[in-house]
Amino acid sequence: MDNLNKKDYQKYAERKIPKPTYFKNIILAFIVGGLICVVGQIIRNTLFKYGLDEKAVAAGTSIILVFLGAFLTGIGVYDKIGKIGGAGAAVPITGFANSIVSPAMEFKREGFIFGVAAKMFSIAGPVLVYGVGSSIIVGILKLLLTKGR
Amino acid sequence: MEYLKAFVVGGLICVVGQIILDTTKLTPAHILVIFVTAGVVLGGLGLYEPLVKFGGAGATVPLPGFGYSLAKGAMEGAKSKGIIGAFTGGLEATAGGVAAAIIFGYIMALVADPKTKN
Repeated sequence: MDNLNKKDYQKYAERKIPKPTYFKNIILAFIVGGLICVVGQIIRNTLFKYGLDEKAVAAGTSIILVFLGAFLTGIGVYDKIGKIGGAGAAVPITGFANSIVSPAMEFKREGFIFGVAAKMFSIAGPVLVYGVGSSIIVGILKLLLTKGR
Repeated sequence: MEYLKAFVVGGLICVVGQIILDTTKLTPAHILVIFVTAGVVLGGLGLYEPLVKFGGAGATVPLPGFGYSLAKGAMEGAKSKGIIGAFTGGLEATAGGVAAAIIFGYIMALVADPKTKN
């Protein structure tokens, strides 16, 4: 250590300074989110092999991914994935399933109606309200714009 | 190649979410709502379709893909069944995922308990 000169020490110190965490967060979100989508692609391709049409494949892939997300949340694994991946775990549809199971488990003691069933939708509810609501507007706009021609 | 595209597209969509999460005070719940709505708007404008063609599951698995399916379903419904279709199309297209979320979410919540370790 004694023969380290100033420059070397500076280099050494720079390496020890924690990098801004958001760079690390972005990399982890990219990897975790990307991997979940690769799993989705594997499921898609497998379903196509069984001769399902595009609509059935899309529905089947969602169903299987939602099941995986819910199951992994139940056994406590998805929360660990979430801690590593951040938005990479939250943004895929498996994260949507996680957002349903987590609060539902937590509020079980408040009963099966106001606990489990109501809390299931504490995050999924708003997602559906804005998603479905805006899609109806899009549908109506489409109708108005194409009828006008 | 297909898997690589799915990985990159899906990863990048999640990165957008992570950047919003880290640089604003928005919570993951906000991100999910924003992403679904963004997917509906982009889907409605026809801008999400090319991403789905390119990225496959990388574009459909993240929540904007859910919004895209809603918008696509609503537009197809409007085209074939008129105003009624605009109401029914979105949920029809996404019924599988929504129904799965309800039944699997409920069952898992019944059989599992929150893990409070560490």
